[in-house]
Amino acid sequence: MFAYIVRRLIYAIPILVGVNLLTFTLFFVVNSPDDMAASQLGDKYVTPEAIENWKQKNGYDKPLFLNPDAAGVAQITDTIFFDKSVRLFAFDFGRSESGRDITTDVATRMWPSLAVALPTFLVGIGVNICVALMVVMFRGTRLDRGAVFVFVALMSISYLFYIIGGQFLVAKTWRLVPISGFHTEGQVWKFLILPVLVGVVAGIGAGARWYRTLFLEEANQDYVRTARAKGCSELSILFRHILPNALIPILTGVVVLIPSLFMGSLLIESFFGIPGLGSYMLDAINSQDFAIVRSMVFIGSILYIIGLLLTDISYTWADPRVRLS
Amino acid sequence: MKPVILWSDALIFLLVISLALFFWRLRRDPQTRERWAEVFSSRLGMVAFTVIAAYIMVALLDSLHFRRALENPESLATEEVFYDNKVTSVFDVLTGGMGERFERTYSAPFALLSFEKENIKDADGRDIRDFPPLRHAGQHLSHPDERAADILGKSVRALLWGLLLCALVITPQWLLLRGSRFPWLASWTTQAVILCSAVWMVSLSRHYHILGTDQGGADVLFQSLKGIRTGVLLGTLATLVMLPIAVTLGVMAGYFKGWVDDVVQYLYTTLSSIPGILLIAASVLLFQVYIDLNPDFFAVGMEKADAKFIALCFILGVTSWSTLCRLIRAETLKISQLGYVQAAHAFGVSHTRILGRHVLPNVVHIILITFVLDFSALVLAEAVLSYIGVGVDPSMGSWGNMINGARSELSREPTIWWTLTGAFFFMFVLVLAANLFSDLVRDAFDPRTSLRRASA
Amino acid sequence: MSREHQTQPTAGTVCLRVQDLTVTLAETGEAIVKGISFELQAGKVFALVGESGSGKSVTSLAAMRLLPDALRISGGSVEVSGQDLFGLSEARMQEVRGRRVAMIFQNAMSALNPVQTVGRQVAETLRLHTRLRGAALRERVVSLFQEVGIPDPEQRFDFFPHQLSGGQQQRVMIAMALACEPDVLIADEPTTALDVTIQLQVLNLIRELTRSRQLAVLLITHDMGVVKNTADDVAVMYRGELIERASVEDFFHNPKQAYSRRLIDALPDLTHFREAATDSPLLELEDVKVWFPIRRGLLQRVVDHTRAVDGVSLAIGRGETYALVGESGSGKSTLGRAVLNLEPIAGGEIRFQGETIGGLGRGAMLPYRKQIQVIFQNPFSSMNPRMTVGDIIAEGMISLGLALSPEERKARIQRLLERVQLAAEHAHRYPHEFSGGQLQRIAIARALAVNPELIICDEPTSALDVSIRAEVLDLLAELQREFGVSYLFITHDLSIVPGLAHKVGVMQRGKLVEQGTAEQILTAPEHPYTRALLAAVPRI
Repeated sequence: MFAYIVRRLIYAIPILVGVNLLTFTLFFVVNSPDDMAASQLGDKYVTPEAIENWKQKNGYDKPLFLNPDAAGVAQITDTIFFDKSVRLFAFDFGRSESGRDITTDVATRMWPSLAVALPTFLVGIGVNICVALMVVMFRGTRLDRGAVFVFVALMSISYLFYIIGGQFLVAKTWRLVPISGFHTEGQVWKFLILPVLVGVVAGIGAGARWYRTLFLEEANQDYVRTARAKGCSELSILFRHILPNALIPILTGVVVLIPSLFMGSLLIESFFGIPGLGSYMLDAINSQDFAIVRSMVFIGSILYIIGLLLTDISYTWADPRVRLS
Repeated sequence: MKPVILWSDALIFLLVISLALFFWRLRRDPQTRERWAEVFSSRLGMVAFTVIAAYIMVALLDSLHFRRALENPESLATEEVFYDNKVTSVFDVLTGGMGERFERTYSAPFALLSFEKENIKDADGRDIRDFPPLRHAGQHLSHPDERAADILGKSVRALLWGLLLCALVITPQWLLLRGSRFPWLASWTTQAVILCSAVWMVSLSRHYHILGTDQGGADVLFQSLKGIRTGVLLGTLATLVMLPIAVTLGVMAGYFKGWVDDVVQYLYTTLSSIPGILLIAASVLLFQVYIDLNPDFFAVGMEKADAKFIALCFILGVTSWSTLCRLIRAETLKISQLGYVQAAHAFGVSHTRILGRHVLPNVVHIILITFVLDFSALVLAEAVLSYIGVGVDPSMGSWGNMINGARSELSREPTIWWTLTGAFFFMFVLVLAANLFSDLVRDAFDPRTSLRRASA
Repeated sequence: MSREHQTQPTAGTVCLRVQDLTVTLAETGEAIVKGISFELQAGKVFALVGESGSGKSVTSLAAMRLLPDALRISGGSVEVSGQDLFGLSEARMQEVRGRRVAMIFQNAMSALNPVQTVGRQVAETLRLHTRLRGAALRERVVSLFQEVGIPDPEQRFDFFPHQLSGGQQQRVMIAMALACEPDVLIADEPTTALDVTIQLQVLNLIRELTRSRQLAVLLITHDMGVVKNTADDVAVMYRGELIERASVEDFFHNPKQAYSRRLIDALPDLTHFREAATDSPLLELEDVKVWFPIRRGLLQRVVDHTRAVDGVSLAIGRGETYALVGESGSGKSTLGRAVLNLEPIAGGEIRFQGETIGGLGRGAMLPYRKQIQVIFQNPFSSMNPRMTVGDIIAEGMISLGLALSPEERKARIQRLLERVQLAAEHAHRYPHEFSGGQLQRIAIARALAVNPELIICDEPTSALDVSIRAEVLDLLAELQREFGVSYLFITHDLSIVPGLAHKVGVMQRGKLVEQGTAEQILTAPEHPYTRALLAAVPRI
């Protein structure tokens, strides 16, 4: 087990290197620092001197991969690639184009993200499983078919409408909670309840429909017939035999998302004005702050890789048949 | 008149032609035919397909672009013909100039007056602040009170014309297909509903703004309709870009295994580890910078928007192949263990031939399911991307842009709800139809579900 | 409900009576089981025999009211001790299931809940029907495990199904079924998924329990050997009807129906053997090894090898059939794949007509592909569902460059199809339109299309019903006489060997433990493993 985890972590290195090379190519080769300077400065001030100044200020005035002017190790270290990409491995994200320290920003902003994303995630899974179980209990009836249609209809509504609709109804028309905002002191839940609600409701269609197929797949297995032959009631078959087996794919399917909860949700955070990483990314995109985008890409892929590892581990935990080697 | 062929127009027609050829070829295979028959033997399948077909039809009509010839002023004594800088589509013409009737700003559906007060002169020439009358709504009414009766009367007349059109369209189908085992009646009903509402919309929009106008005074209904082309094209073109990458890599990885498999797995793990939205946003922004720095590449504004659109399709396609690739790799791994591939090896059949005759035809169902499923996902994604600001060009009508422009207006009093409603309705119907259709396609083609039904 | 009150029925009491049972397809109303009647007596095993699709499993599920939704009971009755099961409410029926009528299924691995320990699964039955709880419950399960012959029952209680062998899993199923001391046990193909030696043990167990507990057993099977070894009475089912009923003695000595006769004839005759055909060897294997690496540790270094085939030497002559016999996992199929050069060999030599072919590259192997062909076990997966039968047969001719014109090719396909008793117009049909037996004949035609010298038959009949099995084997023998082709016949079933093979080799764990002429092996086996295999073969 330990050897397995270590090996997986070693495997992660080439992937992170790949991510880095890809982002580096995107940001510095496809798009040269000169282009970046020009678009950052705006049309009015683009003069060769201004561009040089900007590049110097932000540390883009070095060669890309190899610095022939420097000596020794500095030939490699004194380059944009080393400065901007290799340093990420040491979690040194540097400064954003606007001069703020990205590491501090990330450290403070991930908690509000988690405060919204984690309850949404947990409540969502619970609600979806309950809804799916209820539908499965009536499998093969009109109710089942009707529910599937409703799920598909719910899936067909854009996420944006869930947010807009939620804000309009709950916050504006019924005035139950504030439309948006976030405070760390006092009644935090007031600001969290609507985003969480919207997140959960928006997920029901796809989630419950998926779980229903998983449950049905298990309901057709041979061991269910054995349980029936033993004299189990339908309800106890559902809860004692089908549910534990179906939890395996459910669990392993969602575990990969857990680390990414730190990243928050772009849409929810921007609509509800939550100062998390999601809105941080959105702001970065809108202000074309590539330093932040680069850092977030790196963080995102690390979290994804951790998620994959957790998935494998959760398999051994949930399914007695699986052993890691 | 001078035809204009945008890149996206060319691509979509190419796609439609190749799809038609593909299905024509598939007809020979009796199993595939049987499965399609299963999809279409349900009424729901027929309705969903008819709706999708109607959307595609609108998208295609809206992809036939041309520039109008301008009439030369008499003072200009030349034979040379000048063309309008504005690109028009066949669809624009068919809607009867619905998109050319601009107001000053917001107005509610079927309203006669503008939504905002302005300084106007009243009948006596005094300056007052009131709601000004709209330029293109209810001009023919002698009194505002006649509005309800007028709408009703015009609706009935439109409906009659609509029914006549239905008769023209459906009768030949009926003559051709009446003995068929498929529930065509469901399709005809849907067609009738669509045709009647189309006629109703076109004829009433001559006198009113059915869904009101937006901030810039543009007709919301027209914008919603223009969003169809963007949605349909994005949904199909992005998948089209993604398919060859995913299929080639997936099949190679699953068939050759070994280092090829390692490389492909590495590629898609790396790609899927990057948060998709960031990758897309970054790529779009970079392309945006490129366009901004090279403005002289494009003759008309529309071409620039179109280039951006194509780039978006490419970016979405290139960043989203990993899921399909994974599925196809797994399926190919399974197929290469099967007797018929082993037998082909024993016959010394070459790799290319095994891939072409044994592996590819047996993963087509996965490609098909993904194609339909991704279509609706992409339509939904477009709205989100446009909201984030990395979607299609604002000059190109799209549901995402409409939502983006209107979302803050819900907090106004009275609420401006019609822009969102328009975008919501047209988007929901398309995505719902696509989702329902993809469900049926999956039920018919996925061996796992069809197996389940066989054993039940 | 405690078991002290339960009196054991005396031998011969009718425990379950099925009368005019009719089962139809819910959608079309087509009858699957057409009004059959029989009764089960305490202390006796009643065998219901039939081939796939005859309706025997449907009968057993109907008796338990466990039919899938697509099927419907449309008439008749099932009585247990005078009580009509079809008249009970679902809740009352649940009290009957597992308590008075218990059932064991074909594939124990999938019939057991994979995420529950086997002990808990057996305990669940007891929980449902008795008041046993806690330590007493555990004790009871352990003693049941002991009764059905599970070693270390205390430890096995906490094992998950996948940690047990196939035979042990089936024993757990039996323990589960017997937990509440039911009167009736329905066993639906209980040994089909097991290796022959284990099969015998499980059947003996069922037999013993029938006697010791005075159970009334309904044994559903397609295997006449199983019937002969285990049952007291037999009924033959054919297309939903019972066509013959008799005691086992009468049935085997004097079957009344032609169909029953055919089933019995499929049993081996251990008195007639084929003589060795020739001396000139066509294929020679010398110390052939196929190893699969086992990787472990941080760097996934190869620490060991799975020795799937570990030093096998044998020779097959022209026009000769060599039967390679062994249980699942013995490496016999891997050896076949190695001869076809589909699996790299780790050592040894493969010679065909004196030329070394082991380890040849793709291109260098091509000339030999014409001469060595293959027929696979599963006829349904061995043909591309998207190609016509004609294209499937033509594939080898084209890729191996037989230099035939399209017309010649077409004529050849027609001849081949007719030779394997199909019609020429079948060339335009697709595989899914054929039955398993027909598909296997198409597979034979496909192999013959390139005029091979040697055909590797990898369990070609194990997926087929017994009556069809004989036809395919006869066809293979005929073709051997006609074309002088040799067979390497891979099988787990010793019983088909006598009329088929000239030579036999027995494989166990990658090694060839014994080989010789068919007569030697089947009449005077030397190796204990061969003897064990042979003991499990039913005979008349």
